[in-house]
Order: sequence, then C-alpha cells, then structure tokens
Amino acid sequence: MGVLRQLRYWWPRPQFSLFLLVLWLLLMNTLSLAQLLTGAFLGWLIPFLTQPFWPERPLLHQAWRLVPYFAHLLWDILKSNVTVAWLILLPPRRLRPAFIRYPVILTDEFALAMLASTISLTPGTVSAGLSPDQKTLLIHALHVVDEEALIRHIHTRYEQPLKEILE
Amino acid sequence: MNIPLWLDALIAALLLIGAVVATLGSVGLARMPDFYMRLHGPTKASTLGVGCTMLGSLLYFSAAGKGISVQEVLITVFLFVTAPVSAHVMARAALHRRVACSAHTRHPPWPEMDHPPETPSPATRGDARHAPPSTPGEVSDTP
Repeated sequence: MGVLRQLRYWWPRPQFSLFLLVLWLLLMNTLSLAQLLTGAFLGWLIPFLTQPFWPERPLLHQAWRLVPYFAHLLWDILKSNVTVAWLILLPPRRLRPAFIRYPVILTDEFALAMLASTISLTPGTVSAGLSPDQKTLLIHALHVVDEEALIRHIHTRYEQPLKEILE
Repeated sequence: MNIPLWLDALIAALLLIGAVVATLGSVGLARMPDFYMRLHGPTKASTLGVGCTMLGSLLYFSAAGKGISVQEVLITVFLFVTAPVSAHVMARAALHRRVACSAHTRHPPWPEMDHPPETPSPATRGDARHAPPSTPGEVSDTP
C-alpha cells in the first residue's frame, strides 16, 4: 500500500499526464524524441505542481456520451449564432433582455461548471452567477420571449445529459 | 502546392463567414445599450467566427503543406474553454459592482444574488447599495 500511495503522490494524475503529453505533441506537430521527452516531463510536472489546486477528480460514468453531447452543443452554437446575428442587426429597442433564474439540479461542481460554460457558449445566453447555496444559476439572455421555454430547453438539452454523464 | 477549385471555394467561404460573424460580434459590442447585452457579442464572435476561420486555416494548410496541421483545432478548443469563463467572470464583476442594466431588462438580479461579505460592515454595504448608476442615460436597476 505504501508504494501505491507514494506513486499517487509523485504521479497524481496519470490520465491528465497522458493528455498533456498528447497536447504537447499536437502543439509541436512532431513526434521527435526531444519533444516526446519534453512533453512527458511537462505532463508529469504540471499535475504534480498543481495538485493542491485540484478539486476531487470528476467521475465519468459514460465518457463516450460526452461526444454526442458536444455534437449537440456544436449544432446549437451554429443555430443560435445565426439567430443572434439577426438580433444584433435589429434596432436594440426591440430586444427583450432578461435575467433568468435557472433552478439547478446538478450538485457536482465540475458538472455545474460544464453547464455554466455551455450556457455561456451558446450565443444569446451568458451565465452570470451562482447563488451562494448553489441552487440558482443567474442567466442573462439577450432576447427572450418565453422564459419558461428557455429554462425547459436548457434543462432537457444540457442539464439532463450532464447529470447522467457526470453524476 | 495544388488546391482543387472546390476546396479553394470552401476555404474562401469559411474565411468569409468567419470574418462576417466576427464583424457582427463587434457591431453588437458597439450597438448594445448596456454592459450585459454587450457581453453577448464577443462570446459569439469567438465561437462561430473563430471556429470558421480556424477551420478554413486548417483545410488550407492541410491541403497545401505537408500532413494535417492540428494546431488550429487546439486553438479553437482553448478558446472554447476560456471564452465562457471570461464572460462569466466579467458578468460576475459587473453584478458585484452593480453596473446598471438597461431599463427594460426584466427581473434585474439584485439584491438576492449579493454574496454576503465575510465581515459585514454596514457602512460600505449601504454605500454600494445606493450608488448612483455610473453611466448617464442608463436607468438604475432598483425598481
């Protein structure tokens, strides 16, 4: 057990290290030995130095399901980009901005961060704050007619899948 | 270096769309009446606009250079990860400083989103609460 704990300490996040190595090689766009070694070293160094800052590692139940989620998200970004482009060209007086309180059911912090980022990435909505009890997400919408529909949309399209994948 | 015509057209179209979307984002930044609405323009430009430009660049350099170049994908991914965070932080800062939102915004967020201060000092809190809206022409949030 002692050895395992030692290993945990000196090499806290093997997957993250591997991810950093791949990222480094992609950035450098080569597979030369020097870059492999540099990438491996950075892949070890960065997780080791930053481990006090990390929250609990997220548990991914069904990581592959993130792929359709991101595909959905990309499509939604495309769609709502066109919508917002129209809105910007309208006279600003015709816009109906609103702050919306979105009741969150997610409890995991990482999942919450994903949800908030998703909301900000889809144009037309920006997540603006989380209430101190982490139960309400404040969202600013550029133009919203039916608030209930927006809340339902976020709930079914983003929050439910995130809950299933991450919690 | 020999790019077929259809690919050339596709790349040109992507670059053009990216440029148009980025321009629209800036137009939004200039036209919108209050801070919170202005936030929407740049987040938009940095998703679709940069995405299209990067895709065009990726296709061009993959077709013209040697091998597939993936750095553009990485740039896009980094941007997609950081853009929402910066938008969120700016919104938080604005809420905290009580930057006024335009008058016809429904459900202005104060006061329940105020985080209670660590050590309550009534003087500063009262001060912040009754601060006048900083920009003329914008109406205060409190109903």
